[in-house]
Amino acid sequence: MSEPFDPTRWRPASFLPEEDARDPALLFVVAVLCFLACLTALGVIAGNRAAQGWASQLTGEATVIVRARGGETPDAAAARAAEALAGVPGVTEARALEKEKAYALIKPWLGDAADLDDLPVPRLVAVGLDNKTPATAAALDKALKGHGLDAVVDDHSVWIKDIRHAAGVVRWTASTLLLLIAGAAGAVVAYATRAGLAARRDVVEVLHLTGAEDAQIANLFEMRFARVAAVSGAAGAVAAALLGAILRMVGGGQGITPALPIAWMDLLAVLPCPVLAALVAAVAARVTARRLIQRL
Amino acid sequence: MTPPVDTSADEILRFAGVSMRYGRGPEVLSDISLSLPRGSFHFITGPSGAGKSSLLKLIYLAARPSSGSVRLFGEDIAAMPARDLPRTRRRIGVVFQDLLLLDHLSAFDNTALPLRIAGHKASEYRNDVAELLAWVGLGARMDALPPTLAGGEKQRLAIARAVVNRPEILLADEPTGNVDHEMALRIYRLFVELNRLGTTIIIATHDQDLVARSARPVLHLEKGRLRPLPPQGPVE
Repeated sequence: MSEPFDPTRWRPASFLPEEDARDPALLFVVAVLCFLACLTALGVIAGNRAAQGWASQLTGEATVIVRARGGETPDAAAARAAEALAGVPGVTEARALEKEKAYALIKPWLGDAADLDDLPVPRLVAVGLDNKTPATAAALDKALKGHGLDAVVDDHSVWIKDIRHAAGVVRWTASTLLLLIAGAAGAVVAYATRAGLAARRDVVEVLHLTGAEDAQIANLFEMRFARVAAVSGAAGAVAAALLGAILRMVGGGQGITPALPIAWMDLLAVLPCPVLAALVAAVAARVTARRLIQRL
Repeated sequence: MTPPVDTSADEILRFAGVSMRYGRGPEVLSDISLSLPRGSFHFITGPSGAGKSSLLKLIYLAARPSSGSVRLFGEDIAAMPARDLPRTRRRIGVVFQDLLLLDHLSAFDNTALPLRIAGHKASEYRNDVAELLAWVGLGARMDALPPTLAGGEKQRLAIARAVVNRPEILLADEPTGNVDHEMALRIYRLFVELNRLGTTIIIATHDQDLVARSARPVLHLEKGRLRPLPPQGPVE
């Protein structure tokens, strides 16, 4: 036999039926959207790191192409260029590369048959630049000309610009994707709120006629869908973090590829997902519910 | 018959030339004028479709008149800002024709609903709700869900919910419609007791027997207009 009802132990029940909060379709859709949002965020972080890595590598060095003049041998001209550049402020190191390296660079175009010793192949000088106060291309050029050398300075600025541009495009694309996903999540929750209000019109009507304010009724739906979205967001975030962890482990320190280096710390980026999902859902449910309640 | 008009200063409700229609439909109430004093007890009678429920809807602020004015608690409801409507609704208790009990909530939760909406703390009203449910004869069914209650129990639960926050005016739409004669009398006695405690009571009913026994003033509606009460046969 059940125990008699004890009013002193009574706890107020939810105005909305609890089973409404367990809509599997809504949970699944929001979880998938959160999973995609987290993957996008992880992709942006990894892509950004790769772009920064490449840009800093290129920023820290320059390449000088030296052509021999008159009776001077290419190797001698390269050695003289390295010596001239070593004295320029902002240069940490200047090193003439062996002729084999210069040959290796042009071999794809000329093939194995060509005797490169017969050709006036220019030599390369690798220049290490100070990270804080790097020498400019103009300063290097001036130093080379001062020593009467026929040389071209490549400070990689074109490549750096391209990499930064590509990284920017990736960031903007990802931001747009995140906004679209947030919008889709909001739309799904708005639809669910509308369906929830229609299904629970009896509850809404009773609350309304018993003196509940619009905000009180809207708040019920807002809290309900915020909780659903937070749970779904957590599920999506965990799934994305697991996938990120697998990619990190499979790909080693550089992630799955050097182009997408995922760090363990990056996985923390999924943490705000449940909160953000709850916020988006709360706003969508509130706006939808208030609009519909005002029509009652 | 002249519509019942009371000009005493302590007037709780006044209709002046009120008409009402739903959307673009025909008028369901036409040129209703009445005045009810605080603490009075009235029946609204009339055949089905006469406008009894519509009249009640105007009073519990679920509808607005299409013309004329309704003054409730001394305020013109047409001029009342939307933000004040919930606070005014909390001063009115309603026993709806279809009861509108929330099936997923226990009898105790259903009864406590108006107090929770009004922002009271559970500790303030727990005992009052239990006492009220005992008073309406549901002391042993406080944790029961409405679908498990009998017709009369549901009616009494709806009444308990309507009066739990001590409304100044209690409206009941066919409150004895689905119960037997004995239960109808018990429910009527509940209303009399509430009226004795100061609540203004308006009951819309088809139950001519109940009306005749009570000897309370009657507002008789026919085709949306207040009409003189037709002569009644002897009560059996």
